[in-house]
Amino acid sequence: MRKSLLALAAGLLLAGSVSAASAADKLKVGFIYLGPIGDLGWTYQHDLARQALVKELGDKIETTYLENVPEGPDAERAIEQLVRAGNKLIFTTSFGYMDPTLKVAKKYPNVHFEHSTGYKRDKNMSTYSAKWYQGRYIQGLIAAKMSKSGVLGYIGSFPIPEVVSGINATILAAQTINPNIKVKIIWANTWFDPGKEADAAKALIDQGADVIMQHTDSPAAMQIASERGKLAFGQDSEMIKFGPKTQLTSILDTWGPYYIARVKAELDGTWKSEDTWGGLDSHMFAMAPYTNMPDDVKKIAEDAQAAITAGKLHPFKCPVVGQDGKEVECKGGANLADGQILGMNFYVKGIDDKLPGK
Amino acid sequence: MELVEAIILAVLAASTPLLIAATGELVTERSGVLNLGVEGMMIVGAACGFAGAWLTGSIFVGALFGIAAGTLMSLAFALMTLGLAVNQVATGLALTILGVGLSGLIGAGFVGERITPALHLNIPGLTDIPLVGRVLFGEDGFVYFSLALVVGVWWFLYRTRTGLILRACGDNHVSAHALGYPVLRIRTIAVMFGGACAGLAGAYLPLAYTPFFIPGMTAGRGWIALALVVFSSWRPGRLVVGAYLFGAVTILQLHAQGWGVGIPSQFMSALPYLATVIVLVLLSRARTGGSTAPAALGTVFVPDR
Repeated sequence: MRKSLLALAAGLLLAGSVSAASAADKLKVGFIYLGPIGDLGWTYQHDLARQALVKELGDKIETTYLENVPEGPDAERAIEQLVRAGNKLIFTTSFGYMDPTLKVAKKYPNVHFEHSTGYKRDKNMSTYSAKWYQGRYIQGLIAAKMSKSGVLGYIGSFPIPEVVSGINATILAAQTINPNIKVKIIWANTWFDPGKEADAAKALIDQGADVIMQHTDSPAAMQIASERGKLAFGQDSEMIKFGPKTQLTSILDTWGPYYIARVKAELDGTWKSEDTWGGLDSHMFAMAPYTNMPDDVKKIAEDAQAAITAGKLHPFKCPVVGQDGKEVECKGGANLADGQILGMNFYVKGIDDKLPGK
Repeated sequence: MELVEAIILAVLAASTPLLIAATGELVTERSGVLNLGVEGMMIVGAACGFAGAWLTGSIFVGALFGIAAGTLMSLAFALMTLGLAVNQVATGLALTILGVGLSGLIGAGFVGERITPALHLNIPGLTDIPLVGRVLFGEDGFVYFSLALVVGVWWFLYRTRTGLILRACGDNHVSAHALGYPVLRIRTIAVMFGGACAGLAGAYLPLAYTPFFIPGMTAGRGWIALALVVFSSWRPGRLVVGAYLFGAVTILQLHAQGWGVGIPSQFMSALPYLATVIVLVLLSRARTGGSTAPAALGTVFVPDR
């Protein structure tokens, strides 16, 4: 009896170690998401990329994600939880996870981390982001062409460099079509509040804007523009469902190729800490089909996209003139340096508004 | 002039969900129960309201779904706090957390779908009157209902015997019990009324405000409604003032930004909260000289046998 119990225990132990070994064969990849995967915006696009990853490398990896993880200290616990669950490569997909990720990265030097849109790195922590301002430039061209009133409406989230550089790229492009173009800017001071985003869109339209652009995450502004018969651009993801006759295009976050490349590197053992800031040329984002515009406008947009992709056109080509009328120092040769764009905290000439905090 | 009308319309739309949710919570709190789960009941109301409207094609059915969902949520709260005498603050917070998760689950299949929003009243002749026409005769049904609701609640609380008994339960449940009133039953009904209102307020968002469902779309409105109840010192009249003031400053600060007045947007975003708190505190100071919270608010009552 005792013998058979022992045999049983040994058998169980054996079975346990076997299943552990088969699990260890698969690389565990973890994701931390800011919103719910159904937000139709930022988090949704990250999860689409995760799904693409599973489709491509599903036999070699196992993915886990935690959604609705608040930014700040609480994120640390969530990231650590993924580490303890055996994840060897962890993507933390929002700016506010920067310090928590760094902290956990220091604690677990054998785990690799990928942080989105931040600037702090370590031996085992990479950063990745996209040059969305390139897409904003194309939108600026389209907006100036399509606006009848010559007034564009822009809904911003927070006055951070990423958003400010987007506004500047938009207006610089628009000025090449219509030098007198006006832009009205409303800061929602939130990334996500459909009601408030809708109110901001209503306010902009009521004040005469006829093309609405947004740097907030929900399709509310698109929906309002559609209700009022105006035009608009989507954000992060395809929003044409909310404005079939309204959406001109949308900047689509396409993290898939990057995620696949990084996980492949991890599998090959060639992963190393890097700083990736990719544009249209490296497919870090894409433009949704150009819709609801005449062919000549479509051609302008497509030509600009091709030129930017080929590196022939740079939205921040010097000279760039600030609101004070002075030329901005050109640190990048023919264009503003990447650092200047990543830290942009001024408006260009032609914007009547004042940048909050300036 | 058209701009003024547009602003007023936007203000009414922004204020209505706050007003409905806060009115419900006011009745709940007047009976002596503090339900901090308004946000959770609202978001479940939003998910179920959208589901109902999407499945049946009727905004009215959607609103009923929202009301039913909010009521069910509040029943769970009543079961815990009134039936089992669990701490109200903790239960209310748990209700919000539960609601946020539950709404995501219920709404998952509806994300990305669109419905036709609630129709606006249109009386030929009256609705076309410049400036006031659309404001008075061109709203959606929710706006008119919310005003009727507040008037009804005011009348109930101050002009009916049942209202008096409800307030008595909120001020001194021991005396009310000693007088033979069924305190727990009255409170349960008050909690359910609060839940129904929160559910309807939540349903207003996807049915009339932004006609789609996205997880988390209430974005803190339940908490604002809770604060409005406190700062209105539990009076329906002041609640109307508070809700519309909050909505008005919210919309006006957006317009001010569009006009480019040059005040930092961070300050502008804080302005609705500041303005509402200051005005309502001044109002309650001037009239009553301080807070008039129901005396038994948030305290557990276990009837002796």
